[in-house]
Amino acid sequence: MEYKDYYKILGVARDASQDDIKRAYRKLARKYHPDVSKEPDAEQHFKEVNEANEVLKDPEKRAQYDALGTGWHAGDEFRPPPGYGAGAGRWQRAERMSPEEAAQFSDFFSSIFGDLGGMGGMGGDGGFGARGGGFAGRGADQTARVRISLEDAYHGATRQLSLEVPEVDAQGRIASRTRTLNVRIPPGVTEGQQIRLAGQAGGGIGGAAGGDLYLEVEFAPHPVFRAEGRDIHLRLPIAPWEAALGATVSVPTLGGKVSLKIPAGAQSSQRLRLKGRGLPGKTPGDEYVQLEIVNPPATSDAARAAFESLAERFKAFNPRAKLGI
Amino acid sequence: MTEPQAGISGDLLDEQLALRLAELTQVCGVSVEQVRAMVAEGMLHPRGTAPEQWVFRGIEVIRVRRALRLQRDLELNLPGTALALELIDEIERLRCRVHRLEQHLGGWLDADA
Repeated sequence: MEYKDYYKILGVARDASQDDIKRAYRKLARKYHPDVSKEPDAEQHFKEVNEANEVLKDPEKRAQYDALGTGWHAGDEFRPPPGYGAGAGRWQRAERMSPEEAAQFSDFFSSIFGDLGGMGGMGGDGGFGARGGGFAGRGADQTARVRISLEDAYHGATRQLSLEVPEVDAQGRIASRTRTLNVRIPPGVTEGQQIRLAGQAGGGIGGAAGGDLYLEVEFAPHPVFRAEGRDIHLRLPIAPWEAALGATVSVPTLGGKVSLKIPAGAQSSQRLRLKGRGLPGKTPGDEYVQLEIVNPPATSDAARAAFESLAERFKAFNPRAKLGI
Repeated sequence: MTEPQAGISGDLLDEQLALRLAELTQVCGVSVEQVRAMVAEGMLHPRGTAPEQWVFRGIEVIRVRRALRLQRDLELNLPGTALALELIDEIERLRCRVHRLEQHLGGWLDADA
């Protein structure tokens, strides 16, 4: 496993005061908090910052960490010296740690402070049934993202997910195991919605229920459609004569092709609404079709002649009249 | 690796899902007092007047969980958490709007003048 330089992660000197550590942690926590930050690796950063803080804010843990010596560099291959891990710090619990983060502390952390040092926070939210002897405790909640296509959101889908869940053996040791779940995504989900799967995150101790899995729905970019809540937006290219004369054209919707009547005299940017053709729901969304007049290329003599005759025919037409020129 | 189970369904935490106070506290692992305080602070808007009649929406589970994380990780008090939630919502709205507007902008070409 890799050595972690907790001081470097928090950006403080090894002799930093507890106040300095607190200040540095707060600043980084605000910067990388997954609920606040949109930085690409916010979650990963936040986890590291939290782990570093968990150790350095506690003088006992900090001393234990410092005792490893100063010869280590971040990323060095690390093997814990004998006597570390198993017992040390085992019964300490960090009340503020969320189950989510506690379950995600690194192997490096566990090797020094023991598994239960890492699982400590479960008491915070999930609640150990009995503290001290005779453990029984609900597992930690987990949040995961699931990326689906708009088609899946429309029709509903079953997605297979793999997640790492902590499992506690009879000796109280924690190992992570890959758990595969087939999850049904109901039709009509929208971007950012969450699905709660009660008890599916595993990690229960002493026969207690597993934590809950929260799945956050994310839409993959679609080549044609764009979703806004339940509404679907589409840009529909039309020919100038279709716009001028009106036409019935075939338009894609998530539910399949439909015929759309373009009124005569339609203009670019004009929006037409296909009611109820968006994502399904109690109040289904609509599909908004934005017209975009597209000119055929005038590369041949015949094509140029056709445009020239149009120009001749519409001499009096000034598309820029509103600009006062 | 275990064999995947047949498709399991969860609860979609949307506007339609309705939760009683007891369900909300159980799902989010919070006390009734914590929820009352959040309601009093205007962070949650249950239907019904008395706590026994309160009905919360599924999206409020997300809100409570987010509030708890913010309180814990940034050591915010309740009014501070309420403010953070509102600001996060506002940023989210603005992001959507920027995204929408960007869609309308398209590319451009240098023209000869």
